[in-house]
Amino acid sequence: MEIRNCVFALILCHAAFVSCAVGLGRNPPTERISGSAGDVLEDDPVGRLKVFVYELPSKYNKKILQKDQRCLNHMFAAEIYMHRFLLSSPVRTLNPAEADWFYTPVYTTCDLTPNGLPLPFKSPRMMRSAIQLISSNWPYWNRTEGADHFFVVPHDFGACFHYQEEKAIERGILTMLRRATLVQTFGQRNHVCLKEGSITVPPYAPPQKMQSHLIPEKTPRAIFVYFRGLFYDVGNDPEGGYYARGARAAVWENFKDNPLFDISTEHPTTYYEDMQRAVFCLCPLGWAPWSPRLVEAVVFGCIPVIIADDIVLPFADAIPWEEIGVFVDEKDVPNLDTILTSIPPETILRKQRLLANPSMKQAMLFPQPAQPGDAFHQVLNGLARKLPHDKSIYLAPGEKVLNWTAGPVGDLKPW
Amino acid sequence: MMKLSALQQSYLNRRPGSFRGAAPLDSSADGAIKSPAAVFWLVLHGLCCLISLVLGFRFSRLVFFFIFSTSVTTNTNHFMAPFRQLTTTTAADVAFNLPSNPTSGGGVGDATLNRTRVVVGRHGIRIRPWPHPDPIEVMKAHQIIERVQKEQRNQFGVKNPRTVIAVTPTYVRTFQTLHLTGVVHSLMLVPYDVVWIVVEAGGVTNETAAIISKSGVKTIHIGVDEKMPNTWEGRHKLEAKMRLRALRVVRDKKLEGIVMFADDSNMHSIELFDEIQSVNWFGAVSIGILAHSGGAEELSSFATVEKEVEEKEKKQAIPVQGPACNESSKLAGWHTFDPQPYEGNNAIFIDDRATVLPMKLEWAGFVLNSRLLWKDNEDKPHWVRDLDSMVDGDDIESPLSLLKDSSMVEPLGSCGKQVLLWWLRVEARTDSKFPAGWIIDPPLEITVPSKRTPWPDAPPELPSDNEKAVNNMEESQPIVKHTKTRSSRSKRRSKRKHEPKTVVDTKEQSEQN
Repeated sequence: MEIRNCVFALILCHAAFVSCAVGLGRNPPTERISGSAGDVLEDDPVGRLKVFVYELPSKYNKKILQKDQRCLNHMFAAEIYMHRFLLSSPVRTLNPAEADWFYTPVYTTCDLTPNGLPLPFKSPRMMRSAIQLISSNWPYWNRTEGADHFFVVPHDFGACFHYQEEKAIERGILTMLRRATLVQTFGQRNHVCLKEGSITVPPYAPPQKMQSHLIPEKTPRAIFVYFRGLFYDVGNDPEGGYYARGARAAVWENFKDNPLFDISTEHPTTYYEDMQRAVFCLCPLGWAPWSPRLVEAVVFGCIPVIIADDIVLPFADAIPWEEIGVFVDEKDVPNLDTILTSIPPETILRKQRLLANPSMKQAMLFPQPAQPGDAFHQVLNGLARKLPHDKSIYLAPGEKVLNWTAGPVGDLKPW
Repeated sequence: MMKLSALQQSYLNRRPGSFRGAAPLDSSADGAIKSPAAVFWLVLHGLCCLISLVLGFRFSRLVFFFIFSTSVTTNTNHFMAPFRQLTTTTAADVAFNLPSNPTSGGGVGDATLNRTRVVVGRHGIRIRPWPHPDPIEVMKAHQIIERVQKEQRNQFGVKNPRTVIAVTPTYVRTFQTLHLTGVVHSLMLVPYDVVWIVVEAGGVTNETAAIISKSGVKTIHIGVDEKMPNTWEGRHKLEAKMRLRALRVVRDKKLEGIVMFADDSNMHSIELFDEIQSVNWFGAVSIGILAHSGGAEELSSFATVEKEVEEKEKKQAIPVQGPACNESSKLAGWHTFDPQPYEGNNAIFIDDRATVLPMKLEWAGFVLNSRLLWKDNEDKPHWVRDLDSMVDGDDIESPLSLLKDSSMVEPLGSCGKQVLLWWLRVEARTDSKFPAGWIIDPPLEITVPSKRTPWPDAPPELPSDNEKAVNNMEESQPIVKHTKTRSSRSKRRSKRKHEPKTVVDTKEQSEQN
């Protein structure tokens, strides 16, 4: 009896040792990422939820894309790729009666100027028209007034549908979307345009382009702080103070002659390679708090220094951003060098280990075709975590909560 | 990129004129334009614009500031306090709304949502009182970078790095300090342990010892009694002997590591030392040959191996010596130096003004595991000759003679595609004198301006302390005498405008000052 126990214990110990050794032998050493929702980056959403995709006429999606193919490459392309992913995903169901979530594929960010920037002026009308369509052709919208529907709104200020912050705040979130779940890139705490329960996603960055610029990992990181971008938006705010709430201008004025800070407004062709040779990459706010720099920093292993008060970062419940990046208040920008140099080296190494975790990098990307653990799956995970729906979202037949005629008069025109 | 989008967006925002034909902007703009108050504001604004045209600053903005200033946040900064941004283009309608909403604009939005703590509008640009780098912080940052790089080396670099045993033959001459300092700096930067075996022709001297002791690496300084001959051929032979002597030291002391030949006038890249760590027994790397000519000759074209050096035109191709591989990345042969284009123009003596040519295969391109040399080593591969069997009298051109089977050589550096070191032989005239230890003692009294001295073909007599024929003294401040008054300088300058003086005058001048 005792001998058998001993042998059993011995086998257990050996197994533990072997698995430990295998874990340690994996190069390079990384750490598991555990957010406030737990260890959820590697969860598989298949089987945990069912999504029904509304069949909208092609004027809401395909025709818009045909008019301008650039929508596939800009940073708002997530809405298009999300649609394509859901169409062929195992979570899709063709039977709406058993669906947990409903998706409406309308490309609101694809009306581009000649320069390639999206105009949001028609987006509220487009969205409204789409919702009118689904509410009249299917009973599911009226059942909950959209509380079990989700929409992808990747524009600057999400469903406020404007690029200028003051106007966006004035408009607020589109009335009809006030009960739905919004998947958006914008996130700022206590802001009108961030609804409770929204899922924040990273902006789209082209995965193949980034992969093709990888350099050998043993290249020593010799740049301390790296940033390329505007400090003053000379065309619109030449004195500074308005653009980025003055934070970028403060970075420039305080650190332009500091040898540790490699910052400038140039557009080098070696931008991606340089990021891989830097220890810290600044990710300050611009006209909106989010930017693709965060995605690039994560993919290239550079610790992001986030200078944006109250920002909500992508998948904030799955990714512990406080442990991965460095957060600096906008009022502390003049002391940025003191802050960064006083971080203990062990903390820096730990952040680099977390960044090196492949599931972290994967969660920031929208690869085609989709891969396990990528941003599409994280969105589905987020949706799955919100299940099961609370009984209170189901309305009595004929009951209406949302005011369909609220909002600026121009929004009510049909599209 | 985001900034571009923001730039354009705000550009669009500031230029509503281009959109007036297109979809209507905000509905709030629709009714407001025609009201009389709006017209009044427009007129007032126009007036202020005219005034500011005359006065030259943003008058309108200041007026609005003083009338409507609502400083919301309490920032401690050195620039203006924040106030509402009054956009000049939509002043009509916005000026209505803004003064009534001191906090962030969401007047129309939900009353139930919290107002955002972050204010929209103009903020001050915070600059600290002394925005310059602090040296202590710079040091800390460098320490952080070093720690990060050390971790990178641990993870991605060479596992179990071996000691680098560098073998350098040298002798005392004018350019010795120049060349040896280059090797010293390269070895100091190597991130692995280094043992440096310096073999000196003409016996051990204090000069050489002084230079190599500054390197901080472990050195073994050996002397060989022969003096270095004056011909390049003789020099090659003696250097080979010296290297073999060093190899014997490796064998006798049973030094453990990788032996590489760091000739004192070669340039080594740091990647070389990383690359040679991967050698098993005997490896070869590619050397770039910078065959320097005394005159202004172009390098003639060569058929060269593909390498990292870009070839813009065939004519400028730099010859490379090293291993050649076939498609399956196996050693297929050697790229050697072809002296044929330099026929008749190569240097025989060390100070000839002709092209100095390397040997067919330089020693520097080979590295070997020190265990190859040990006596009584069972691990030693059978295709290696014993060191004792190489008699000094033999003509040993390259370490390939150590091998019975030269196909066992491992090509390093992406199979010879990377050029990791460069060969260049530059030496001064054999009769050139240089100050011992490069210390000028006692200090010179008179210096000769180089611009005015003709450079003849015959070597010039070196200036000694009490000089005879010196002509003009343009910058003739003797080094020791620094204290001069301005008047005396200008006095001298005015005197200089005259014809060149004789020595007597200049001596008088210097004595005056």
